[in-house]
Parts: sequence; C-alpha cells; structure tokens
Amino acid sequence: MMLTVAAAKRRGTFALDVRFELPTPGVVALFGRSGCGKSTVINIIAGLLRPDSGHVHLDDTVLLDTQRRVDVPPERRRIGYVFQDTRLFPHLSVAANLRYAEKRAVGTPYVDLAAVTSLLDLTALMNRRTHQLSGGERQRVAIGRALLTQPRLLLLDEPLAALDEARREEVLPYLETLRDHLAVPMVYVTHDFAEVLRLATHIVLMETGSVTAKGTVGEMSLNPRLRSIIGPDEVGAIIDGVVLGVDSSSSLTRVRVGHGELNVQATGLAVGTALRVQLLARDIIVSTHIPQHLSVRNSLAGIVTSIHGDVDDSDLITIDIGAEEIMARVTKAATRELSLRPGIEAWALVKSVSLRGHAFAARPR
Amino acid sequence: MMWLTPSESEALRLSLDVATLSVAGSLPPAIALAWVLTRYRFVGRTLLDALVHLPLVLPPVVVGYVLLVLFGIRGVIGSWLEKAFGIELVFTRNGAALATAVMSFPLMVRAIRISLENVDRGLEEAARTLGARGLDRFATITLPLMLPGILAGTITAFSAALGEFGAVITFVSNIPGETRTLPLALYTVLQQPGGEHAAARLACLSLALGLGGLLLSEWLTRRLRRMLGR
Repeated sequence: MMLTVAAAKRRGTFALDVRFELPTPGVVALFGRSGCGKSTVINIIAGLLRPDSGHVHLDDTVLLDTQRRVDVPPERRRIGYVFQDTRLFPHLSVAANLRYAEKRAVGTPYVDLAAVTSLLDLTALMNRRTHQLSGGERQRVAIGRALLTQPRLLLLDEPLAALDEARREEVLPYLETLRDHLAVPMVYVTHDFAEVLRLATHIVLMETGSVTAKGTVGEMSLNPRLRSIIGPDEVGAIIDGVVLGVDSSSSLTRVRVGHGELNVQATGLAVGTALRVQLLARDIIVSTHIPQHLSVRNSLAGIVTSIHGDVDDSDLITIDIGAEEIMARVTKAATRELSLRPGIEAWALVKSVSLRGHAFAARPR
Repeated sequence: MMWLTPSESEALRLSLDVATLSVAGSLPPAIALAWVLTRYRFVGRTLLDALVHLPLVLPPVVVGYVLLVLFGIRGVIGSWLEKAFGIELVFTRNGAALATAVMSFPLMVRAIRISLENVDRGLEEAARTLGARGLDRFATITLPLMLPGILAGTITAFSAALGEFGAVITFVSNIPGETRTLPLALYTVLQQPGGEHAAARLACLSLALGLGGLLLSEWLTRRLRRMLGR
C-alpha cells in the first residue's frame, strides 16, 4: 500500500515542486508554515487542482499522470476531503449532509451510517441545520460525511485551525479513533506541531513549495530542518514506547523507551499499550557517570553519537539509547568540561516526560 | 371577482395568464444563460451579455417592431412556426407572452446571475469530493443555493410582465379578450371621453398587483435565506 505524489506547478511567483512516497495506512502530516504549498498539494491529490506536470498513484491506481494524459476527476477518485471551513451544505440538515455522501459512495463499504454516527457522536445532531452547530460539531459532521464516501484515502486540510484550543481537544480524540479503529490512511495538513505529535505516523516537511525532509515522526523529531521550524523549546526526541507495568501506589506507569525505561505520570493504561512520549532537549541533563543521589528519577544509559552547535551558545547532544536516539541541550561550556564527544558513554537524566497520546498501531480492517 | 366589471376582470385574468406564460417560458433559458455568462469565458461573451440587456435600453416599440419582423406571418421564424407547428404569434395571447418575456428577460437573467455568483464554489468542490457528477451536482447543490435569486428574478419579471405595454401593443395589437392586458385596457379607456373613472380603477388595480408582488418577493426571499442559514 503506497501513496505516490509528484507534482510541479507554477502560479505567479510561487513554484511548487514536490515528490514523495508514503506507506499507507498511517497518518501523514504535511507540515510547514502557512503559504508553503501544503493545501496545494492535497488539492492536487484530491483532483481539485491540476499540476503543470506530475503524477499521483494510490496503490495500483493511477489517479493522475500528465504524461499519459490520465486525470481521474475528483468525483471518481474515492478520496475523502475534510475542508478547513467544513463546507457543509447549508440547505441540508446534518442527516441529509451525511446521506448525500452515503448515497454516492462507490466501492466496498467499510463503514456505515450507524457506525459513523456512533464513532463521531453525531446522533444528537442529526436533525439540526448546519448553522446551528458549534465549530467542533461542524468539523465532526464534515469528517463523518467524508468517511461515508468509503474513501481509500482521507485528506484533511487544517481541520482544527479554525477552532480554539478547547474545541480542538474536543475533536482530536475522534481523529485518533478514526486512525486506530478504521485504519483509514490520512494525509493531514497542519502548521501546528502539537497536532502532528498527537496524530501523525509520518511527517512530510514542506518549505516554500518543496519537500525538504520526510520520515517517521521519530526520525523527523531529530531532523535539523524540522528543528528550525518548530523552534528551540519544542525540540526533542519523540519515541513510541510500550507500557511495561503500572505502579498502583504512586500513579506511575513504566514505559519501555529504546532499551531503557521511563516512569511516566499516568494511570489506567493496560500493559502493552503503545504510548508516544516526547523528551524535550531542554528537559534532559547529561552525565558521564552513573547518576546517584539525585532527585531526578528517570535516567537512560547510552552512547553519544553526535554533537551539533545549537542556539544561544549551546550544543545538541544526540545519544543512542538502544534502538532509539534522544537529544539533550547543554551549554558549550558543559560539553567541554565533560569532554563530551561521539562514542563515549553517557547517561541522560530526564526531568520531565510529555505524553503525546496513544501511538498508532495499525490493526487489520 | 365581484367588485370588478367583466372587462376589468377579463383584462386582469389575461394579464396574469400572459405574465405566467412569459415567466414560465423564459425561466429555463434565463437560468441557462446566467450559467453560461457566469461560469464560462469565451469570445463574444460581452456581446451576448449586451444582447440580453438590450430590451432594457431600447424603446419597447422597437422591440415590438423587431418581433414583428422576425415572428410576423412573413417573418423568418414566424412563417416557419406557422408551417411546421401551426403556431401563430401575431395578434395572439402567446405573442403577448413572447413580447413580455423578451422585455422582462434581462431582469430575470440579472437576478439569477447575481445569485449564481454568490454560490460558494467551495460547496460544489465539496460535492465533487463526495462523488457528485455534473448534473447531479447542479441539481442538488447549485440550484437549491440559487433559489433565492431565481425566486426574486421570477417575481420581478412577473411584475414587469404584468405592466408591459409598448412591445405588446406593437407586436400583437390591442384585441379585447386576446391581447388587451391591464395596461392596454387602461390605455384604451383613456382614449374614450369620460373614461377617467375607469382609468383610475385600472390604475389602482395595477398598483395593488405591483405592490403585492414586491412584498411577496421580499417575504419569500427572507424565508429562503433563513432556510439556507444566512
């Protein structure tokens, strides 16, 4: 299963030239600053915009190939699209909006109206007019409507950008459910890194019309280009760990991270649950000796793999903790005093761990 | 209608008939033309646009004359219609409807065009991603969203059709029971000595019809807007 996109388009002074391949299922975040061409790319995938040249393949289906003069119109691509401004039909009720999609769906159905309404909690909204809905409710209906076309791929164009923080939190769990229970492959456009952390399995980084980096969220969390966009305070390794056990007396959950183990503030998680954790570089202290007599409880042993100069006279130290790498930010003075260099043993003391939701574990449909 | 004289109610009924026929006949081509003028860019578009609007600026008598030339018994289209279908337009009710349709056509196209320009293309794109093809999309999304404009255009054109005078009298003359609509009846009584009273009654009738139409249009448009959530 694979989505392949290659497209070039020139509009005035803006030139788009992208090329990427992604495994499906999973959630690909098309991430970048506003105006870098992210929406243009998904409009090309949807067929709403035709590039000057390029091709779009989904699995074995050719959706667009300018050289072979193939251009499947959007109404026959079987690609769901959730727009930022929802685009619910104002003359139809919520139920009629959903049925509009249901009636026109083709191909093997994998989700029906009943499943969609329960998955997205739409039952109470069915008879409302669309202008009587809150922003979050509108977006849930829009997601449900797109799903009912039985899409092979779901495109989401900044679906949470128009919502405030609280409303975002209201919609995000539904998107996670979609990803985990329906295993719909998604391409998710956003400029908000927090959304990427919650939902994405892969990141395609876009800057001024080109793809500058791509990879899994874990790989990309170490990528210097991504670092430059999200800002120094957000820099840190993102690791999909596994719950090893729960200490009921202290509300701490033990999570395997690489070859090490972290204690995370969390309860109610089953052993074996995939959990995404973020270890911010600014929250990690580096020691060259086995740490003792410290208040910090979490430490991970590893080998320094690289040292790069970073903001404000600091260095980013990358440490291999076995199967995973993490980053710590230390002052250049500390690098000198500890004689940190690639190849030496080091211990990373983790001051705090941010939980970023459940990690995606693909289940068969 | 008890309070109207037989000739008054005849003129009223005829006016309503002619206006209904004219509006019903011109609505489909008006929608089609509004669509073409809004959605397509082609050579001659400006000329077509001007042609549609021509009746607004021409003296109605000229429109009547052109119709006579084209649709008269010896006219290019008129003679063909006669031979092929046995349809006669000159001096008939249908002819009166044609003349009013031509005169009110620009008003109708204008209103429909404005409503079409206001239809959010994004909603049509959304419909495409949901699998709706061309005609399906037009019937289920575009047309319902245009409805306020279509309604406004229809009522405006209907009101204008009730009052059309110049083109009608030129093209189909002034025949009682066939082509003598309200304004023509009013004109006729004014030509007679002592017709002031009858004229005043007919004028009031026209006024009431026009005002009623405008109020109805306003009310319906508001209702539809609310239905569309605007």
